Amino acid sequence: MMWRNTRTAYGLVSRLLHWTVALLFIAQIPLGFLTQATAQNPALQFDLYQWHKSTGFLILALAILRILWSLTSRKPKEPSGTKPTMQCAAHMAHAALLTMTLAIPLTGWAIASTSPLQIPSFFFDLVVIPNLPMAVSDSAEAIWSQLHAWLAYGAAALIVMHAGAAVFHAIRPEAGSLHGMLPQRSRR
Amino acid sequence: MTEQIKPFPLMDDAMINSLSRLTATLVLAAAPAVLALQPSYAANHYRIDPASHIGFHVGQAGDGAGISGTFPEVSGSFDIDRNDLAHSSVAVTLRAGSITTGQGRIDTFLRSNAVFDATNHPEITFRSTRVVPTGPKSATIEGILTARGQSRKEAFQATLVDEGGARMAFHVTGDIFRMPYGMGIGVPIYSNVVTFDMQLQGRR
Ligand code: HEM
Ligand code: HEM
Repeated sequence: MMWRNTRTAYGLVSRLLHWTVALLFIAQIPLGFLTQATAQNPALQFDLYQWHKSTGFLILALAILRILWSLTSRKPKEPSGTKPTMQCAAHMAHAALLTMTLAIPLTGWAIASTSPLQIPSFFFDLVVIPNLPMAVSDSAEAIWSQLHAWLAYGAAALIVMHAGAAVFHAIRPEAGSLHGMLPQRSRR
Repeated sequence: MTEQIKPFPLMDDAMINSLSRLTATLVLAAAPAVLALQPSYAANHYRIDPASHIGFHVGQAGDGAGISGTFPEVSGSFDIDRNDLAHSSVAVTLRAGSITTGQGRIDTFLRSNAVFDATNHPEITFRSTRVVPTGPKSATIEGILTARGQSRKEAFQATLVDEGGARMAFHVTGDIFRMPYGMGIGVPIYSNVVTFDMQLQGRR
C-alpha cells in the first residue's frame, strides 16, 4: 500500500489517521456520556472527566494532522458508476465528520476554559494544556456544555449513517463502491 | 546481737513482703490517674475559640491558583505550661462538612465520599503526643491526625503570636500528604500536599 493516496485508493497515512481518529472518537462518545451518568460516584466521575479531556485533546491533535494531510492529498476518484447524488452525499458527510473532529473537542475545551471550577487540563498527566482565553462563568460553561453535547450526539448519528453507507457499499459494490478504508480493499 | 525491730510484730516476714508489694502496686496504679487529674503542674487550660482560622491550600499543575479554603467549624482545647512547654498539649477537632472554598461545587466534591466522606467521617481530629520546643515562643507539635477514619503521625509548627489576659493565639503551619488518608483523588492535577495555615485562638 502506498503512503499517499492514489488516484483510486486511500494511502496508508489516510487509513491510519481515519481509523485512529474513528476509534478514539467512537470511544469518546460513551466516555462523555458516562461523565454525566456517574454523578453518584464523584471520584470516578472526576477521573472519567480527566480521561475524557485528555482523549479529546488527542483527537483534536490527530484531527488537525488529518485535515492538513487531506488538504495536501489528492482525493481518490469514485468509481465511474457512482451516482452524483451519492458522491455529493458522501462528500458532505465526510466534510461534516471532519468538521466535527475539530468542533467537538474545541467546544469541550471551551467548557473546561469557561468553567468556574478551573480544573487544569493535564494531558494524560504529562503537560498542562492552557485554557482558551475566555470569560469564566456558570452560564458560559452551561452554553458550551449544551453545544458540546448536541454536536457530540449529532456526530454519533452521522457516524451511524457513515458506517452504514460504508457497510452497504462493501456488501453491494454494484451500488457504486466507495474507495474503501478497509485494509482488504486496497487498490492501486 | 540485738533483736531486729519489726514494724508489725504480729506478721511474719513473708506477710510483710507481700503487703509492701501490694502497696507499691497500688501507688503505681494510682499515679497516672492522679497525673491525669492535673494535666500538668503549672498548665493553663484554654478552649479553642470558634473565631480561630483553619486555612488550607492545595497547589495544582500548571500556573493556576489551586484550591484554598477553610474549616470554619473548629473546636478543642490546649494546655500550656509556661515554664515547661514540653508539657503542653493540644487537641483539635474540625467538622469535615464545614469545609469551604468559596465555590459550592468544589465544596460538595470535597465533602463527598470522593474526598472527606463527611457523612461517614464527620470529624477530623488531631491529638498531640509530644511538644518539642524550638525557640522561646515556638514548638514542633507531634501528634495523631485522624481523617476519613485513617490515623497517622503528623507534625505541625506552632508559634505564639499573641497573649494577654485570658487569651492566647498561635500561628500553626504544617504540610500533610493526603494520599495516605485515602484522599488521593486528583493527584497529580492537584498536589498530594495540603498546606495548612492556621490561627488558633484560645480562651481560658
Ligand atoms: C472528539 C472529542 C469529543 C467527543 C466526541 C466528546 C463527547 C462528549 C459527550 C457525548 C459528552 C456528554 C454530553 C452530555 O450528555 O451532556 C461530553 C461531555 C463533556 N465533554 Fe466532551 N467530547 C469530546 C472532547 C472533549 C474535550 C477535548 C473536552 C475538554 C477539554 C471535553 C470536555 C467535556 C466536558 C467538560 C463534558 C461535560 C459537559 C457537561 O458538564 O455537561 N470533551 N463530551
Ligand atoms: C465503524 C466506523 C466507520 C467505518 C466503517 C468507516 C468507513 C469509511 C470508509 C469505507 C471510508 C472511505 C470512503 C470513500 O471511499 O470515499 C471512510 C471515509 C471517511 N471517514 Fe469513515 N468510517 C467509520 C468511522 C468514521 C468516523 C468515526 C469518522 C469521523 C470521526 C469518519 C470519518 C471519515 C472521513 C472524514 C472520511 C473521508 C476520508 C478521509 O478524509 O479520511 N469515519 N470511512
